Amino acid sequence: MNILYVCVITVLLLCLVGGFIRVLLGPDNSNRMLASQLFGTIGVTIVVVLAFLQDNEVLVNVALIITLLASITVIAFLKLAEQSDSVSDDAERM
Amino acid sequence: MLLNAFTIIMLLLGCFFFVAGTVGLIRFPDVFCRLHALTKSDNLGLGLIVIGLLPQTNTLSMAIKLVLVWLLLLITSAASCHLIARNEYKKQMQITSLEIKPQENNNDR
Repeated sequence: MNILYVCVITVLLLCLVGGFIRVLLGPDNSNRMLASQLFGTIGVTIVVVLAFLQDNEVLVNVALIITLLASITVIAFLKLAEQSDSVSDDAERM
Repeated sequence: MLLNAFTIIMLLLGCFFFVAGTVGLIRFPDVFCRLHALTKSDNLGLGLIVIGLLPQTNTLSMAIKLVLVWLLLLITSAASCHLIARNEYKKQMQITSLEIKPQENNNDR
């Protein structure tokens, strides 16, 4: 079973590399935030599988917290983007 | 033995959906298409992996926490993806309205 868990984690890490490709290519910041969403989901999955690989129940709590933080990063980025958009609009009007 | 086979199949299926989501994120042409590929397939992948890991749990609390992780990720990723799509939609509407305005002025003249 442990070999299967290691294989799953390896595949997920390769998916993370794919997300990095989108970060490098991404034409604007929205695409990069999509990649960060991917990192959040894959990070949670890796930690959940790692909890079984190490037989450590505490890591599932860590996965819960990573889920919350991943959503908070996206919300904070969008709030910042809206503010910067409105500031630039005001500057254009002036 | 049967439970182990179930776990193996579910974990491999989950990995397949994760790979599909990543390929969609890289290959699709638009932000909305990428959102569509990313949210659905990744949440399904995590759900399959959680279902596959459930028979391997020792305690009930761990099983409940695993299901909680999946439900929480479903809610938060749906909310944040909706926010990203709304932001992108607003941006594109601004661009198109800026493009339309000069044409209207030309028609008036």
